[in-house]
Amino acid sequence: MWEYTDKVKELYTNPINVGRIENADGVGHVGSVVCGDALTLYIKVDNGIITDAKFETFGCGSAIASSSALTEMIKGKTIEEAERITNKDIVEFLGGLPDQKIHCSVMGSEALTNAIADYRGEKPPIEDEPHGEIICHCMNITDDEIRKAVHEKGVTNIDDMMELTGAGTVCGTCIPKIEDIIEEEKGRCATKSCSCSDEPMTNLQKMKKVEEVINNVIRPGLKRDGGDIELVDINGDEVMVRLRGACSSCMTAQMTLDNFVQEELRNNVSKNITIKRV
Amino acid sequence: MDMQVYLDNNATTMVAPEVLDAMLPFYRDMYGNASSMHYFGGRVAKNMENARNQIARLLGAEHDFEITLTGTATESDNLAIRGITSYYKEKKHVITSATEHPAVLNTCAQLEKEGYRVTYVPVKSDGIVDIDFLKNAVDDETALVSIMHANNETGVINPVEEIGAFLKERGIPFHIDGVQAAGKIPVDVNKCNCDLYSISAHKFHGPKGVGALYVRKGTRMRPLIFGGHQEKGRRPGTENVPGVVGMGKAAEMAIDHLKDMPKVAALRDKLQNGILTGIKTSTLNGAIDKRTPNTLNVSFEFIEGESILLYLDRKGIFVSTGSACSSGSLEPSHVLRAMNLPFSKIHGSVRFSLSRYTTEDEIDYTLRELPDVIDTLLRISPFWDNEKKTGKIPQ
Repeated sequence: MWEYTDKVKELYTNPINVGRIENADGVGHVGSVVCGDALTLYIKVDNGIITDAKFETFGCGSAIASSSALTEMIKGKTIEEAERITNKDIVEFLGGLPDQKIHCSVMGSEALTNAIADYRGEKPPIEDEPHGEIICHCMNITDDEIRKAVHEKGVTNIDDMMELTGAGTVCGTCIPKIEDIIEEEKGRCATKSCSCSDEPMTNLQKMKKVEEVINNVIRPGLKRDGGDIELVDINGDEVMVRLRGACSSCMTAQMTLDNFVQEELRNNVSKNITIKRV
Repeated sequence: MDMQVYLDNNATTMVAPEVLDAMLPFYRDMYGNASSMHYFGGRVAKNMENARNQIARLLGAEHDFEITLTGTATESDNLAIRGITSYYKEKKHVITSATEHPAVLNTCAQLEKEGYRVTYVPVKSDGIVDIDFLKNAVDDETALVSIMHANNETGVINPVEEIGAFLKERGIPFHIDGVQAAGKIPVDVNKCNCDLYSISAHKFHGPKGVGALYVRKGTRMRPLIFGGHQEKGRRPGTENVPGVVGMGKAAEMAIDHLKDMPKVAALRDKLQNGILTGIKTSTLNGAIDKRTPNTLNVSFEFIEGESILLYLDRKGIFVSTGSACSSGSLEPSHVLRAMNLPFSKIHGSVRFSLSRYTTEDEIDYTLRELPDVIDTLLRISPFWDNEKKTGKIPQ
């Protein structure tokens, strides 16, 4: 049996703000039947202030309580104030949740994000169904996200994974599973000659590597066509370059940058590199 | 409202008062070590051997020495599977089913990590193992087949006699996880043709912390832990004497009370019919005619099991659920998934499990309170249209 606080018990036994708002100004839906949790949040907004909020939840006791708490918390707030509400605030409002139920509060904050996006006419940023198998139940993180972090962010150890994704940071039960997935993906990298199996690069290493690739691979290529390139600056994954010679006035300069320069740097340094022409 | 209705007897059962009475002397005056050579220990040993005999009778075992006492049925399952495989070292294949208890499934998963091939025999939509699949899976490398007698979530009973006869012909060791069968349906290890059979005392009104493994005479296996000569070295360590004596008494009573099982089944059927006719979003899970008499597994669509559990809990009705949020696992029931049930039904599944102590009043009370709980949760559900009284799960 879960140890629920009195506030949680009160809110799942007698939830407030249950139902739909017809003509809602924003609707946010997250979760699915497959996951076992789903929440639809309705908000009514007047002059930038949330005047009413209602919810419908398919889920366990703490999911119902988190949803109900959320509607209470956002009523009367401006959109900007509501936007700053995190899952931690929901947990605090409830006087705490069991570690393995933290994901219920995450679902609340995600539904809020989607409802606000909907109000603004934007596409909901949180996907309906997380892909893959949920590994970290506290933070609702799937194996897909962990695998992606290995390949796309070059994460190779558990500490960096926890910092980047939040997986394993609450109860820690899933840490060995996450370590297994990291190892598995690193192994896969090695067989595909993927550069992400290397240790994560420091900024200095990254700069050196970018310079190396530009000098050894990119410049010789451009020079064959009478052009040249100059490395101006590196800011994180953003590489700023200046095109020289024939390239500087070439009609297809942007294509060269996207298809050749950026591709080479992504393949050889990091998948997240973006090129900026200055 | 002080009504308390315990309908979670597949999780654990009440210790029968007679069982507790039988145990108490062994916590007080009869504290001798059964291995001691003096009278003080000897009379304890005598009581323990009497208990072993009672347990052997519950399983229809021929010899008392075929009963190895353990700490839990999980331990019995581990001892059976690992004990056999570590004897037949050259055989690297194990067969089990998709709906086994985690005690068996995770032991097999560990074997896989150690290089074994494991075949997970699927079940039909009624929850019964696909016996043809099992027969085809057997090969020269097969060290052991482990199949449960009755399922803990659905109560569905597997055709262990047929499986046992098939395996006996081929000389393949057969382990049955009988935790949910013993005390609910007649068990006979000879009819089952099994070599090993695991049980747990607390599932049939005995104490927690004591289990047993039937090991047919002549079965070859190695121990998991090493120590003294207790249990002939198969499971060393000073015996849990009060627990063993309690298990013996519980086994003796279970044999007597098998005659009460039709009454338990009648109450279960009353609950089942009341739910299925009274709540239109409900459906039954598992083979209706091949179930333990005390178990009922029902799905309530469009709502989630843990919330049903919590609402019933407030009314003093205690059940369990196969939803993802159940009992700490956060994974939806692998049993119902193996039966190919849609997720909407798995997450809304509830298990009611009765015992010989369940009364008709308790069932009537449950039937009175349940519709309101389901109705309240449907009103909260985003998949239910309260105006039209219908639900739809988006695909």
